[in-house]
Amino acid sequence: MLSRTASLLYWMSRYVERAENTARILDVAYRMSLLTKDSDLQDQEWFAPLNITGTLFPFSGRHSLVCAKEVLHFLALDADNPSSIYNCARQARENARTVRGTITSEMWEVLNATWLEMQNMDEDRMYAKGISSFFEWVKERSHLFRGVTFGTIRRDEAFQFARLGTYMERADNTARILDVKYHVLLPSVTDVGGAVDYYQWSAVLRSVSAFESYRKVYRDTVTPLKIAELLILRDDIPRSLRFCMRDVADILRTVENRISLEATRQAGEIHASLQFGRITDVFDYGLHEYLTRFLLSTDRLGAEINSSFFAPQLKPADEP
Amino acid sequence: MPPKSLYNEMYDASGAVRPHYTAFHEWLSHTPAEKIAQNRQAADLMFHRVGITFAVYGESSGTERLIPFDIVPNVIAGQTWDLLSRGLSQRIRALNAFLHDVYHGQEILKAGVLPREKVLGNSQFRREMVGVDVPGGIYAHVAGIDLVKDADGQYYVLEDNLRTPSGVSYLLENRKMMMRLFPELFSAQRIRPVDHYPDMLLETLRNAAPFGVDHPTIVVLTPGHFNSAYFEHAFLAQQMGVELVEGADLFVQDETVFMRTTQGPQRVDVVYRRIDDDFLDPLAFRTDSMLGVPGLMGAYRAGRVTLANAVGTGVADDKSIYPFVPDIIRFYFNEEPLIPNVHTYMLDNPDDLAYVLEHMHELVIKEAQGSGGYGMLVGPTSTKDERERFRQRVLDAPERYIAQPTLSLSACPTFTTGGLAPRHIDLRPYVLTGKSVNFVPGGLTRVALREGSLVVNSSQGGGVKDTWVVD
Repeated sequence: MLSRTASLLYWMSRYVERAENTARILDVAYRMSLLTKDSDLQDQEWFAPLNITGTLFPFSGRHSLVCAKEVLHFLALDADNPSSIYNCARQARENARTVRGTITSEMWEVLNATWLEMQNMDEDRMYAKGISSFFEWVKERSHLFRGVTFGTIRRDEAFQFARLGTYMERADNTARILDVKYHVLLPSVTDVGGAVDYYQWSAVLRSVSAFESYRKVYRDTVTPLKIAELLILRDDIPRSLRFCMRDVADILRTVENRISLEATRQAGEIHASLQFGRITDVFDYGLHEYLTRFLLSTDRLGAEINSSFFAPQLKPADEP
Repeated sequence: MPPKSLYNEMYDASGAVRPHYTAFHEWLSHTPAEKIAQNRQAADLMFHRVGITFAVYGESSGTERLIPFDIVPNVIAGQTWDLLSRGLSQRIRALNAFLHDVYHGQEILKAGVLPREKVLGNSQFRREMVGVDVPGGIYAHVAGIDLVKDADGQYYVLEDNLRTPSGVSYLLENRKMMMRLFPELFSAQRIRPVDHYPDMLLETLRNAAPFGVDHPTIVVLTPGHFNSAYFEHAFLAQQMGVELVEGADLFVQDETVFMRTTQGPQRVDVVYRRIDDDFLDPLAFRTDSMLGVPGLMGAYRAGRVTLANAVGTGVADDKSIYPFVPDIIRFYFNEEPLIPNVHTYMLDNPDDLAYVLEHMHELVIKEAQGSGGYGMLVGPTSTKDERERFRQRVLDAPERYIAQPTLSLSACPTFTTGGLAPRHIDLRPYVLTGKSVNFVPGGLTRVALREGSLVVNSSQGGGVKDTWVVD
């Protein structure tokens, strides 16, 4: 497969997954803000989505004030924010258009229809539809795309690189969502373990659709330690770090080439540390510090994937 | 000059249906109008869904449009096509011989058949190709020859396209659409099939591989998805089962072309390129080209890769060379051309120039190096103002223009808002040259949808029809 094609497929899936996760993050922020009566604190909640998506800096370059309306617009609809849901939908469709010969027509039609609808979306229409319904719609389009992909495409390299993009992006996003509690301040120290704390943690769980799973696995009240264990170390939760990195490692072994051994090794190393890690050690190290280190390691892996499969500097030095 | 009577493809002068249209005419008069209307709508919907669109230059970026499709086919009798195909074969063999000659011994120039400066001074003459041997001596592997029929029903060659002729995907899709909508028409008579074109093209490209390469890797090189013909590039690559690449996917090392793949660099032997010469290699041609592959020309000259079509074919399809093609055929084969040229005035000839300036309202004046119907004046439909402006342009640089009598162009019944009405058509057969010369029967029929219009280009409001060769 052409390197460019592989790269376009990988990013097509990453954009779809990113749109979905941004919708999840915003939905949680929106729900959390409804829990807070104090309007100052309400605005506080809206720092979290910016911190999670790493867009606080570009946002504050253009807005003096962090408030619900501004953040929602910036992350959902802003054509000038390259990682807005709007732009993810555009990019995914653009990539799909370029590799139309490689994907199935059903995959193309989902992304094309999503973009056509997204193009017509503005603030008025989003509010008219209802904020939560809008996020629901984004998630559903992503589910549909994934389902159509699994249900129609041949199990070839194209499928592998598309999946690789999904899991790389999802691992990144779950780690960021889990880190949200580091960024969200509680009203006061005495609130630790209190009602607000509880709702915030369960909102994290709901944002990755893992609330029911948590109940089934632990049959217990919601505690930070168990939530972190579920989303970091369990291998049966489809949005957990371990689950994602297991698939990343598997895929990299499948598509291996002469210069991708380092990528395979790095993915294996990350997966092994998740497979054999203990949650108490994670908390001893510091959850925020642990997640920061994880994001650094997946960034490095992303760069390695890029230079092994997509990068232009491939030379036929070792051509047989 | 009295207006020439129109040649109608379906009816003869007395109004009787021509024999090769009988089966279609029979069907047309027995099929309810609602069914036809319904199917015409279905066709539009399907073309939209499949996304058979072309980008329009000059409109806001990303404008995608459908080429209007008309369901009344251009029907050609089998014997007529057989004669025609002999003429096309003769012409394309002569043009290939001409290209080989002008880049080698230049015998034709020594014999004085054409003026040296017309060839050597032509911007399409590529010095880089002098003395370069290409596999099989074939330059124009894929050619599109535009044919028109005058009032007498005789086919004429209007133009040769030997660079990167496009449109063949419409030919294939039109046929697919007709078979889907009106299968009964195809059981009522024998219509020669066309859908093996991609196989023939693949075979032609395989035959063009550098010497000693038995299992060549073939790619289609496209300028990218902003190009108006991108759909066709992707379509042909997919139909042939080869990679569709952009310039950045290829690189050259040690005079060998590689494509970047996820399994490492893979050698490329044949490039079916849909990029003009000028943009192929920034080291050899336009240095600002972002579309090409640095070093490609070096690998090509070294015989390590085949480009189809060859570099420098433009010198044989240039409008200033066109008037000499009958002489070119006579020179190499000692034969008379089987399909005549349209009479052409060359405006660097003072007698021709004087005549043309006197008769601008009757003639079509074209830029010798233009395409797409942009740089032309159609005399009979022009205003006095337009003629005055064109006169000035011609006088400024007469050598840049040619003129031809306005052909009446045959007309084919076509569905319009006011019902069936005759509209002017032309025909572009695609000619493949490998070990032998091959075609699929017929070609792409283009139709000028505006009443009285003679311009069939899709960028100027033209449509397309299926083309049937019937036995």
